This record gives sequence, C-alpha cells and structure tokens, in this order.
Amino acid sequence: MSPAPAPLLRLNGIRKSFGTLEVLKGISLDVVQGEVVSIIGASGSGKSTFLRTINAMEIPQQGTIDFGNFSFDWSGSAGRRPSAQQLQQLRTEIGMVFQSFNLWPHMTVLQNVIHAPVMLRGVKKPKAISDAETLLDRIGLLEKRDAYPAKLSGGQQQRVAIARALAMKPKLMLFDEVTSALDPELVHEVLTLMASLAAEGMTMLLVTHEIAFARDVSDRVLFFDQGVIAEQGHPDQVLRDPESPRLRQFLHRILHNDTRHEVSP
Amino acid sequence: MNHSYFNDVVVYGPGFMAASWLVLWLTISTIIVSWICGLAAALAQRSDWIAVRGVAEFYIWFIRGTPALIQIFIIYFGLPQLGLRLSPFSAGVFALGINSGAYVAEIIRAGLSAIHKGQMESSFALGFSRAQTMRTIILPQVLRIILPAITNEAISALKNTSLLSTITVVELTLYAQTLISATFRPFDFYIAVALIYLALTTMLTQLANWLERHYARMS
Repeated sequence: MSPAPAPLLRLNGIRKSFGTLEVLKGISLDVVQGEVVSIIGASGSGKSTFLRTINAMEIPQQGTIDFGNFSFDWSGSAGRRPSAQQLQQLRTEIGMVFQSFNLWPHMTVLQNVIHAPVMLRGVKKPKAISDAETLLDRIGLLEKRDAYPAKLSGGQQQRVAIARALAMKPKLMLFDEVTSALDPELVHEVLTLMASLAAEGMTMLLVTHEIAFARDVSDRVLFFDQGVIAEQGHPDQVLRDPESPRLRQFLHRILHNDTRHEVSP
Repeated sequence: MNHSYFNDVVVYGPGFMAASWLVLWLTISTIIVSWICGLAAALAQRSDWIAVRGVAEFYIWFIRGTPALIQIFIIYFGLPQLGLRLSPFSAGVFALGINSGAYVAEIIRAGLSAIHKGQMESSFALGFSRAQTMRTIILPQVLRIILPAITNEAISALKNTSLLSTITVVELTLYAQTLISATFRPFDFYIAVALIYLALTTMLTQLANWLERHYARMS
C-alpha cells in the first residue's frame, strides 16, 4: 500500500458570510497534486464563492488554507492572517479563469499573456515572448498573437485567458464557469483545452454546469448545497448513482438542458 | 483712417506672438496641475478611508460651486494676507489647474466607472497589486474612454487663461487691452485675439483627434 500523498491544497473550516447571509458554512477540502475536482450545484449554493476564497478573491471570515509554502488562518489567530503582499504572492501561484474572459482590451493577445510574467516574475521580455508563443501555439492561436481581444471569438478569448493564467506556471488552476458565457458551438474548443491540461497532470478545480465534462475529466465531483459539500466522490458514483434526493433532483433538472459535450481526455 | 493691416502685423505681431507663447505655456502648465489634482481626487473618491473621500468631495463641491475668477482672486490677492505670495504666473497656473482639476476628477470618475470590474479581478487574480492594476490595466483604458471629454476640458482651460489678465499676467487679453488703450481700436485687436484663440483651440482639437484615431486603430 503506497502512502497517501500530502495534499497540494488543504482547506479547513472555510466560512464566509455576506452580511447576515452565511454562504459558506465551514468547508474543508484536500486536493492532491494532479487531481481534477469538479464542483457542481445550483446557483446560490456557494460554489463560486468557495472557489474564489481559494485564491483570496473573496476573503473568508474563518478557516485555514495550506498551499505550498503558504499557511494562512483567516480568523487571524496566531498571526497567520496574510498581508496584502502574501495574498499577491499566493495568487501568482494559482491561476484563475473567469466566466467573462476579462482579457485586457488595450493589449494584444501576446501582451496579455506576457504582462504578468514580465512584471511579476521579472522574466526578460524575449524569454517571456518565446514562452508565450509556445503557449499560443499550443492553444492553436499563434497566428492571433498581434490581434486585439475584440477581434477574437468568445472561445478564442477564453483560450487566451487560459494561456494568460498558464504563463505564470501555476501549481493550481481554478476555472469559474468558464464556458457559461460562450455560444454553444464555442464551448467545445475550451473544454478540449481544459481536458488536455487535465491529462497532462495539471491540478484543477472547476465550477461547472457541464455535467458530461465533469464526468469524463474529473477525479472527484463535489456537490454544493446551501453552503456545504452535500455529497462528494468519484464522478461515476456521484453523477450516476447520487445518494441525496437534492442531488438527484439537481441532476435531473440540469441534464434536461445538458448539451452533452463528449470530450475524451 | 489710413493704416495698413500689413503694417499692424509687423508692428504688433511680435508682441502677439510672445503673448500667444505665454498662453500656450499657461495652458500646458494648467493641464499638468489639473491632471494631477483630478487623478488624485478621482482615486481619493474610491478610497477606503472616509476622511480621504470627504476631502475629495469637498474639493469638487467647492470648485464647481464657485466662479473661477473668485478662485483666482483668492489665490493671488487672498493668500498674501496669510503670508503666501505667488507670482502672477504661478498663482494663475495653480488657480486654473486646481479649478480644472475638479472637472477632470469628475471625468476620470466617470471613466473609471465605465470599466468592467472583471478587468480588475483578472489582474488581481494574477497577483498584481492595486497600484500595478491601476497603472497598467485600468488607467490606460480610462484614458481612451475620456479622451474626448478631457479635450473639451483642456480647451476650457486654454480659454480660461484670459481670466488671468485680471491679475496682471500679460497674456493675449491684457496685451490687447494695453494696445487698445493706446490706439482706441478695440474691434481690431479683440478680433485679432479671438482669431489667435481660435487657432490655438483648433490645434488642440486636431491633436486630440489624431490621438483618438491612433487609439482606434489599436482596438
């Protein structure tokens, strides 16, 4: 029996409220190197908020995070509450991709991709450019290197957004409903790219409504309900044979509209 | 009436030229002061500290609610009473710059609110600080958006330099007035002043149009 690998990411007791509304009611989660974890759940279940607490885009009121050399306690005990600089450091090692792409419209595709490595990592510009070209080639958009984002389709913009995050060589990638804003015919190209990342061993957490994709690509599926992880496990078990009535109901509802993108990793 | 306009140009031209250069320098200096004040006030309005926001709000409220001429008088005639004596040029530049800054602040504020919050999010998520995000992501986009409005404000600043004739800055208006009192030809000289202002404002507009086209190519 091989020893269980130490988790890359360990979250413990994450709590977050907006005013009197408690959105996350004490979430704990371990993610090991190379694991792909999909998070599903109805809107308002707290899944996106949870994802955003991992790289401190939302600051939780309580809980701890251990990630690489970072070890923070959000409640502020024992002086482990992170400084602004520590948060920036943490974020340089965690890539995040958003529903709305958020490419910078005043920069070309190439400039979007090299901006963070050059400014934050001190990578020399020629090196950053050749790295970026490798990435753009990989996502099939090398010929768009000098185009401005406005000239790209939504699917192309989202692939560039993924390349921009990858340019920082993150240890963990967070995907927040990255295909929800795309026209149906553009969803596939983005999912294919994500599947290839997963196949290469990238550690990924994704909030998604693409149930078929979650089933094909994830090692584990979490079902969020009312601020807690209501059910989790291997996708075959969670998605084919759910235990809780709420998950059964949720899957029934969402599969009626599922576009069923089959993506083989 | 027996004079040639050609002769006028020879006699008064150099003086008008010097006054025009002064107007140009006044305007450039005023714009620099106004952008510094305007940017500071616009960013202060978004501060986490209520006192900083309060100062910015008061500044904009006071400047927009009082005449520019009175602001110029307060700085040039009023401050010496408190022991701060400025040259007419400096007093004029500060007064007009502080005045225009309040309007620039409102323009920048509107520009900032036009930027989608996702622009900041994607930058923060990569590890950029607030200052880096403002400088490299947000403000370059804001500049493009506000270019037409900021051009109008620069043109106002240019025209407002004529108010400085009241505090002995020998710009175009005061120069013309001294000539008029010697020659009794108000129509000729005020028309000449108007035409020079028109040339200067047209140059400024052309420059802004060129910048706008330059940026339009980029997106």
